[in-house]
Amino acid sequence: MIHKYKLGGFNIVLDVNSGGVHIVDELTYDLLDNIQPPFEEECPANVVEKLSRSYSPEDIESCYQEIAELNRDGILFSEDDYEKYAKYSVASPVKAMCLNIAHDCQLRCKYCFASTGDFGKGRKLMSFETGKHAIDFLLEKSLDRENLELDFFGGEPLMNFGVVKQIVEYARSREEEFGKKFRFTITTNGLLLDDEKIDFINREMSNVVLSIDGRKEVNDRMRVLPNGKGCYDIILPKYKKLVEGRGDKEYYVRGTFTKRNLDFTEDVFSLYEAGFDQISIEPVVGDSDEYALTVEELPAVFKEYEKLAERILENEKKGGKFNFFHFMIDLDQGPCAIKRLRGCGCGNDYVAITPDGDIYPCHQFVGIDEYKMGNIDEGTFNNEMKMDFAKAHVYSKPECRECWAKFYCSGGCNANNYQYNGDIRSAYKLSCELEKKRLEVAIMMKAFRIYGEPED
Amino acid sequence: MKHIQTINKANLKESAQKGGCGKCQASCQSACKTSCTVANQKCER
Ligand code: SF4
Ligand code: SF4
Ligand code: SF4
Repeated sequence: MIHKYKLGGFNIVLDVNSGGVHIVDELTYDLLDNIQPPFEEECPANVVEKLSRSYSPEDIESCYQEIAELNRDGILFSEDDYEKYAKYSVASPVKAMCLNIAHDCQLRCKYCFASTGDFGKGRKLMSFETGKHAIDFLLEKSLDRENLELDFFGGEPLMNFGVVKQIVEYARSREEEFGKKFRFTITTNGLLLDDEKIDFINREMSNVVLSIDGRKEVNDRMRVLPNGKGCYDIILPKYKKLVEGRGDKEYYVRGTFTKRNLDFTEDVFSLYEAGFDQISIEPVVGDSDEYALTVEELPAVFKEYEKLAERILENEKKGGKFNFFHFMIDLDQGPCAIKRLRGCGCGNDYVAITPDGDIYPCHQFVGIDEYKMGNIDEGTFNNEMKMDFAKAHVYSKPECRECWAKFYCSGGCNANNYQYNGDIRSAYKLSCELEKKRLEVAIMMKAFRIYGEPED
Repeated sequence: MKHIQTINKANLKESAQKGGCGKCQASCQSACKTSCTVANQKCER
């Protein structure tokens, strides 16, 4: 399978199964519409004739030979032979966990999927006891996996920071005995950050996610305190301080864009200009509410992604540099093909734990009763459900099987699929369209960085 | 080549043979955990 498109002046051809990325001329672009493997010694006469209105027969022939050569090299029209791996490598040990340390939050963000922090189930904080059980669960279930990931999430995890510290300390105290390494991350709205917490986070957390939506007026329209006031002026100085003290450890500022700020390029650059160089701005998708994107907004969002790419490339020419997460893609050292069969570890190598100790496949399933997998304090865990998630790879999802983006997107978000289509294996079209557009843009940016402006 | 420039060297096929060790970060495609979508992840082997 190949996928070809034109963007930013480039003709781009992706070979889906090998991951090959090719920049081609007009002739190749047109010729690819007319030929298919197996290739013959010479370009079929009817094809030459058809294209000879626009191109010379010699050129058509030499182009045909190049295509055939790349096909022999296995980087064009290569075969899809990964399904066997999907069948073998299904179940994985649980190695990553999301701890919903506080089902509570001080903000009333208008787009919040957690219904202002409590996931629709009442405000609660996790006890150290439950946190400890979660660590023990992870130590046991991770079998031979050495690197364990623990994400402090919420609600707002700083509202229960004492327990966060206790859990970190407890986990560290057991690393050696079990031969494991914990990587902690935390996601925060920033309100409760102070020097002590910043120090602790910068010491212990290998990544920190700082929520902010970009421009002050955009942030303050959505991310509001109960009194209706925006939080921008409170959090920005704290984030700056945290990032200054972070050294080379990872962090990123992350924001959300909605129907109301389709000009989110401005938000990305507002964050960049505020001094951040690791930036993520994400769309809110969902059912038709006031803020969530719908297919109607897609053309505008696509345009905006192109505009953002242009601005980023311009900025790079001037020597500026930052990472925009959704355009990050590694065409050479990215994950192996097997990893790419399942982009989401939910319910299989990843679970989420609520303050009550309930286990869910991931943070997005929290509160959906039929997806409760067990309870950490009671020692129950539904292995059958785990197997079902393990088998949710790209070959078991009908749309993904046939999709050119399958080894980049790896099957999308199971929770989105369930929430909007009622089935974890049914791709949620809106997310797919966004994902595919971002990929096309990200790959075009790679081409631009290699060639500069395309010759026309 | 005159008509086609290939801009990457990696071949997913080769990666399949020695892959799947599970050392890398667990991934999530959802908006709230951008850090770890597959496309921007590193192989840690
Ligand atoms: S660490 Fe590398 S080889 Fe191992 S599963 Fe991850 S991407 Fe594949
Ligand atoms: S979720 Fe959508 S974009 Fe991703 S692989 Fe499946 S069909 Fe393609
Ligand atoms: S279901 Fe969605 S939100 Fe949950 S881990 Fe998978 S990609 Fe992430």
